[in-house]
Amino acid sequence: MNTPPRQVMNRREAVWRIAVLMGGAMVGSEVLLSGQAIAGKAPTRGFTDDDRALLDEIGETIVPATDIPGAKAVGIGAFMTMMVTDCYNDRQHAVFLEGLGKINDACRAKFGTAFMDSTPAQRTELANALDPEQMAYNKTKSKDEPAHYFRMMKELAILGYFTSEIGCTQAVKYIEVPGAFHGDVPYKKGDRAWF
Amino acid sequence: MTEQTYDAIVVGSGISGGWAAKELTENGLKVLLLERGENIEHITGYVNALKAPWEIPHRDRITTQIREERKVLTRDGFMHEANASYWCKDAESPYVEKRPFSWFRGYHVGGRSLMWGRQSYRWNPFDYEANAVEGVGVDWPIRYEDMAPWYDHAESWAGISGSMEGLAQLPDGKFLPPMELNVVEKDVAARIKAHYADSRRMIIGRVANLTEAHNGRNNCQYRNKCDLGCPFGAYFSTQSSTLPAAVATGNLTIRPFSIVTRVVYDKDSKKATGVEIMDAQTLQTVEYKSKIVFLCASTLNTAWVLMNSATDVWPDGLGSSSGELGHNIMDHHFRVGASGDIEGFADRYIFGRRANGFYIPRFRNLFGDKRDYTRGFGYQGSADRRGWQRDVAELGIGAPMKDALCEPGHWTIGMTAFGEVLPNHDNKVSLSRDKKDKWGMSVLEMDADIGPNEKRMRKDMANDAAEMLEAAGVKNVKTHDEEYFLGQGIHEMGSARMGSDPKTSVVNKHNQVWDAPNVFVTDGACMASTSCVNPSLTYMAMTARAAHFAVEALKRGDV
Repeated sequence: MNTPPRQVMNRREAVWRIAVLMGGAMVGSEVLLSGQAIAGKAPTRGFTDDDRALLDEIGETIVPATDIPGAKAVGIGAFMTMMVTDCYNDRQHAVFLEGLGKINDACRAKFGTAFMDSTPAQRTELANALDPEQMAYNKTKSKDEPAHYFRMMKELAILGYFTSEIGCTQAVKYIEVPGAFHGDVPYKKGDRAWF
Repeated sequence: MTEQTYDAIVVGSGISGGWAAKELTENGLKVLLLERGENIEHITGYVNALKAPWEIPHRDRITTQIREERKVLTRDGFMHEANASYWCKDAESPYVEKRPFSWFRGYHVGGRSLMWGRQSYRWNPFDYEANAVEGVGVDWPIRYEDMAPWYDHAESWAGISGSMEGLAQLPDGKFLPPMELNVVEKDVAARIKAHYADSRRMIIGRVANLTEAHNGRNNCQYRNKCDLGCPFGAYFSTQSSTLPAAVATGNLTIRPFSIVTRVVYDKDSKKATGVEIMDAQTLQTVEYKSKIVFLCASTLNTAWVLMNSATDVWPDGLGSSSGELGHNIMDHHFRVGASGDIEGFADRYIFGRRANGFYIPRFRNLFGDKRDYTRGFGYQGSADRRGWQRDVAELGIGAPMKDALCEPGHWTIGMTAFGEVLPNHDNKVSLSRDKKDKWGMSVLEMDADIGPNEKRMRKDMANDAAEMLEAAGVKNVKTHDEEYFLGQGIHEMGSARMGSDPKTSVVNKHNQVWDAPNVFVTDGACMASTSCVNPSLTYMAMTARAAHFAVEALKRGDV
């Protein structure tokens, strides 16, 4: 009997699977995973307070306050710039930095205003347009090309938010010392996930 | 040069070295335990073990600095920020990859016993016979029956949790109560058992985590932060288990920052007289004398010490007379398997972070099954609901995405195979002629890869996983094969293989180097084949067995 052709997992999924197996290590986002080939142009400048303020608002647009605080409350702008500075390679860093200008350009083109001067509704609309754009870009880009700037911002906003104290303890649940394992407990829709 | 004298010197303080120190000191020997790296104190030395996720600055991601210091390890994806300091800096301790090779080293007291995967399985009787039956490599001069009492001994002290299964290919042992499969794993296990008429079985992993208090150590707290060091002492490590036992005898001296540069060989007595070290901090050379030497420096560093112990008599290193020293490097090949989605169970969840998964023991080339390759593989895996790291592309950004990620996703299940690698003389390590490490020592050159047998096996490793998941009703089953090269399994074995003939092996059946019988090699270097199960439990048992032999031989005046 012939074996039917099977679907093959993408690399991110596969590496996550292997990492879970090797001791539950937390795998980096796709951008961080791909940050191994260090080559290309260096970022033109460091981050400023204005950059962090802008990233606070971009982060808040991606992970907004609901009945629990959003990304701005966890200092997402400072987190994103730290991660880009300390973890991204030069090319990724440069793309991220350029993204700050590009998101303003996109905002001006769409609404005639800089991102910081736009309304929350406009920001959400813009981000919802940029998200499919980054997904499409990610599908067609070559393996060695940096990700789309908005993918970087989205990944870092989610990472920074859910690993923050507010994220771990209010958005999801975290217990430092569970003390036991139960493999079958009831769950009802709306219950928080475990970190 | 100063000199000091002991009954025994143990080189390396990882899983094997810790066991050697424990067994030798408990039998009354004065032991010097040498460790090339720093000391890490039990509990107080585990600096990140009790930190919350938000207290790890880069949230456990690898920084550029870590990547530059540990470039080789970064590419394999499971060193992380919180435990990066436990992994050796390859910038300081480089090696040459003639063919790609990942070398994960823990240069500190406890070695990789602090970061190990803790899966603990006995080899089966067929494993010890396979080389002889197939005419591959050299025959093991020992059989399962020789090892069984020492597996008992190792399990009883270390504390291995697991279920009694009565499987010939995965012998039961002296287990603490098993951990628990979760609700989805139990369902899949029952379906696999039924579909394959119990010829394949999914069981809870046998793991060196305590499910009840044991020898004064606490039971597992289900934090799943084992590789940061356990403040509860709930998994086996040198620090939690063998080192305190050795210290309690009053017979142990431990010396960190001691790079053993060579075993000192006396050609008149045809024995070792001790070892020479370089102090890693002061760069001072010190010679220590002893009646016996246990090399437990981890597989490839044990080979390095032997090769670096060249003399006029043995120009290629101590133990090189057979021409096999440094050869027959093996590992477990993996990074291949399958995963898929579970339908249903939306009203079920888990509590606690179980640092363990399921295990599917080997079923290929056993009990009448015959494939186009030899040996076999087992699977490790787990089922869980996806967390906030999952992709929810259709939800875009904003409140809908955030709300979705605050709840668990659907259940998924995945498994990865670990396969046996055959011994092959052409897979070797040797001393580099020109490249040196931070301490001016010649570094190792790795020249090894998997062969056709492993490549054929990998097809089954992917397809069998997918077939079992599909048989169990799992949806969207996908396979993966993320390519593999030696060392990535962190189960490196061989280089000083055991055998019954000094012409074709480096150590005898009591782990004595043929060329210097008071030198014992009991870590992964002595392995003549690999089985497909995780090797550490076998190193524990092998080391305890050799230590007891050495003690008796010393009493008789035989070494």
